[in-house]
Amino acid sequence: MKQPEVQHPNRRACNATAFRTLPTAATALDGGGGAVAGDGAPLKPLSVFFSPAVYVLCCLLSAAAGFRFSRLLFLLLFSPAPPSSTLHLHRHHLHLLRQPPAAVLPSPPPPELPPPPPTAAASSRVVAGRHGIRVRPLPHPDPAEVARAHEILSRVQQEQRLQYGVKESRPILVVTPTYARTFQALHLTGLAHSLMLVPHPLTWLVVEAGGVSNETSALLARSRLPVIHLAFNEKMPVLWNDRHRFEARMRLHALGRVIRERRLDGIVVFADDSNIHSMELFDEIQKVEWVGALSVGILAHPAAPQTTSRRQERETEKNSPLPIQGPACNSSGQLIGWHTFDSLPSAKKAATTVGDGMTVVPTKLEWAGFVMNSRLLWKEAEGKPDWVRDLEEVGTSGEEVQSPLDMLKDASSVEPIGNCGKKVLLWWLRAEARYDSKFPARWVIDPPLEIVVPAKRTPWPEAPPDLPFKQMANDKSLGEKRVSKKGRSSRSKRSSRSKKKREPHADTRVSDLQEK
Amino acid sequence: MGSGTWILALLVLHSVFDGIYGLEQEVNHRTERISGSAGDVLEDDPVGRLKVFVYELPSKYNKKILHKDPRCLNHMFAAEIYMHRFLLSSPVRTLNPEEADWFYAPVYTTCDLTPNGLPLPFKSPRMMRSAIELISTNWPFWNRTEGADHFFVVPHDFGACFHYQEEKAIDRGILQLLKRATLVQTFGQRNHVCLKDGSITIPPYAPPQKMQTHLIPPDTPRSIFVYFRGLFYDVGNDPEGGYYARGARASVWENFKNNPLFDISTDHPTTYYEDMQRAVFCLCPLGWAPWSPRLVEAVVFGCIPVVIADDIVLPFADAIPWEEIGVFVAEEDVPKLDTILTSIPIEVILRKQRLLANPSMKQAMLFPQPAQPGDAFHQILNGLARKLPHNEGVYLKPGQKILNWTAGPVGDLKPW
Repeated sequence: MKQPEVQHPNRRACNATAFRTLPTAATALDGGGGAVAGDGAPLKPLSVFFSPAVYVLCCLLSAAAGFRFSRLLFLLLFSPAPPSSTLHLHRHHLHLLRQPPAAVLPSPPPPELPPPPPTAAASSRVVAGRHGIRVRPLPHPDPAEVARAHEILSRVQQEQRLQYGVKESRPILVVTPTYARTFQALHLTGLAHSLMLVPHPLTWLVVEAGGVSNETSALLARSRLPVIHLAFNEKMPVLWNDRHRFEARMRLHALGRVIRERRLDGIVVFADDSNIHSMELFDEIQKVEWVGALSVGILAHPAAPQTTSRRQERETEKNSPLPIQGPACNSSGQLIGWHTFDSLPSAKKAATTVGDGMTVVPTKLEWAGFVMNSRLLWKEAEGKPDWVRDLEEVGTSGEEVQSPLDMLKDASSVEPIGNCGKKVLLWWLRAEARYDSKFPARWVIDPPLEIVVPAKRTPWPEAPPDLPFKQMANDKSLGEKRVSKKGRSSRSKRSSRSKKKREPHADTRVSDLQEK
Repeated sequence: MGSGTWILALLVLHSVFDGIYGLEQEVNHRTERISGSAGDVLEDDPVGRLKVFVYELPSKYNKKILHKDPRCLNHMFAAEIYMHRFLLSSPVRTLNPEEADWFYAPVYTTCDLTPNGLPLPFKSPRMMRSAIELISTNWPFWNRTEGADHFFVVPHDFGACFHYQEEKAIDRGILQLLKRATLVQTFGQRNHVCLKDGSITIPPYAPPQKMQTHLIPPDTPRSIFVYFRGLFYDVGNDPEGGYYARGARASVWENFKNNPLFDISTDHPTTYYEDMQRAVFCLCPLGWAPWSPRLVEAVVFGCIPVVIADDIVLPFADAIPWEEIGVFVAEEDVPKLDTILTSIPIEVILRKQRLLANPSMKQAMLFPQPAQPGDAFHQILNGLARKLPHNEGVYLKPGQKILNWTAGPVGDLKPW
């Protein structure tokens, strides 16, 4: 029948009209009256009240309308003429949602009871009872407001730092030995980002083995930090043991050439480019007076996991928690010794050459775990303690400087920081590609590669969508129109390139990737 | 001449005001003094300003009830028990009722707990009535004033209306016999039947030691913008929504559940207190009743309370200028909550944080044992002291009777 279908979408209208059209019971279910919602129809008891037809009609209505609607309906119809006090105090304010078509949640239909008499105590706007749930049509956050919220957060945090944090920021001098190699961009960018977040004045001393190169300069310039780029005109050795000693010499070079000569003031931090630093480190070191020691977590892991057997992996995971180097304190917070890295158990599995795929292990005490006041390095500084050797004497006559402790006569005056070494403030990591691996200069391939070698297996689907690479390839026409094969060529270029990286014995491709 | 002297006077005044303003600007302390409409009264000492006489009621009204269920000492209605203990050993207590300004009858009406820990208020009117009958027959002081110089602590959901459902509480109204007494209650809503003029609103009880053990270093940066943990829909009692919290909590959820600035959920994390200390704003929306312990927690942890409860009366409203400390959002403005909060000027936010950092503010919200100066017990006494001296209407003429001892539902008249 047509009537029920008409009735269904116009359910609200039907209910509202129903009691009005009840006297004319025959034509009751006229769903035509659309906007009767909110119409305050009078509640006069109807004289046709108790006719059985009406009764049957009401039953049918209840069945159709459901419990809640029918209860409301009967409440309106059959409530006694002088309303009881309970009804009076409950004015069911059913607030319509702002834009009904876009309403997220349904709210019950809003017929309004007559307003309560003024003698009731409810003279406030707030009434008990059922309310609608207000939802705005587009609950998405406004980006301008999100930006303002972040401004508020950063201002609040700045205020917190002013009130509770470090009162006066002492400048920081970061000493980093580096050299141009495949993973340099990865490590140096990470370190640059960390240093950019430091809220204290900072000078970055970068010592580069093999002389100043454009690679490094480009990376440093992007950081927009005050950088002193020093050249160290010897090539970085290939064996790890030699490399540790070499880096120590580079650091001493920076300390002597720059800090001592120019009498730079601040706290010296030895930040190796592949290490990971937490921001709390830079707040914690402000407390150091002369020489401080902190805990370094050692992330010594096999460089190429598939070479070690499964059993070995499980063993190492079970037995060893993260090794930590740093100061050891007694219960009253005084320095009594050092936690060092024991390299004997992993000696056989340790890496010897850079990039040979074995675990890289650190020295007994890494430089990164020490910070010092730059005044210790000056020729003359007031208040300089006497348990520090003069920098000129250190490292001369064949002496091997393994850690900053060799620069001190007496290691017991070192201050442990980071809650007496209990808090790990930085993590040591060495992850390098093979020492002879090549990479494109500044990681830009210009002009795009010409030789196409079809790949045997491509992990990508046959027809990728318009990739920006493809568009770039379209723009730079190389004089060879390969319109139909362009998709496959770009894919194969990528796959062949990545394959070539791993096998250094590759053929002609390698020559194209030489550093320019 | 005339205009010249006027200009000179204006310049002098201008420089004077500038000087004062400049002085205020220089004082960039971590906190700020708090003074409400009654003045700078948070640190007043009530000792010497009033005397309270504590009735010795039989233990069936207090000790026995507590003995039956010791959980009453830890829930949010525990203020009635701790207030009794505080008064027993306080210097404002007097054993001579003739010199007392205020009289206190210790009746633990909120200690009849369900197995889940929620108090049942059904016997509370009878209990209170029985206690009042006892004091009116054994001592002459009740009949002298018909309770106008007596005060009672009624920390339940809707105060002395003694019901947890708002509609039924409004129906009952305040217990007839307490019509003239001063009520110390947690519930406060303007123009509501269950808040009578002259009541003292107090914070709900929150365990001070537990909050102390969860403090984190104050330099931990506040990185959460808005924080809330709790129910949005009470599926047990109001499955469709719309009754619980007048739909305000459901509205918060529906509008902001996907907003990254709002860290809101129904979780029960163990780091709840720590998280509040990492948040800038903490939502304190109404639930079944407008008040909640969240306000106390927000104040103690320095998180700006965002109160979403129309017409609410906050604790010690005459001593603490809540409009300057918290943010008030009307229930109908909840969909615009993010706009409202992000458009607050940053200096206002920093000022609110400074006010919250004031230790006397935090102390005023707590009920420590043993009592400490400036805590909520002392604020209650200060509030009572501010109502002294009693006006003439308090003392009845001989033979005058105002209270109707037989009014109220029939069930309340049964003896307890």
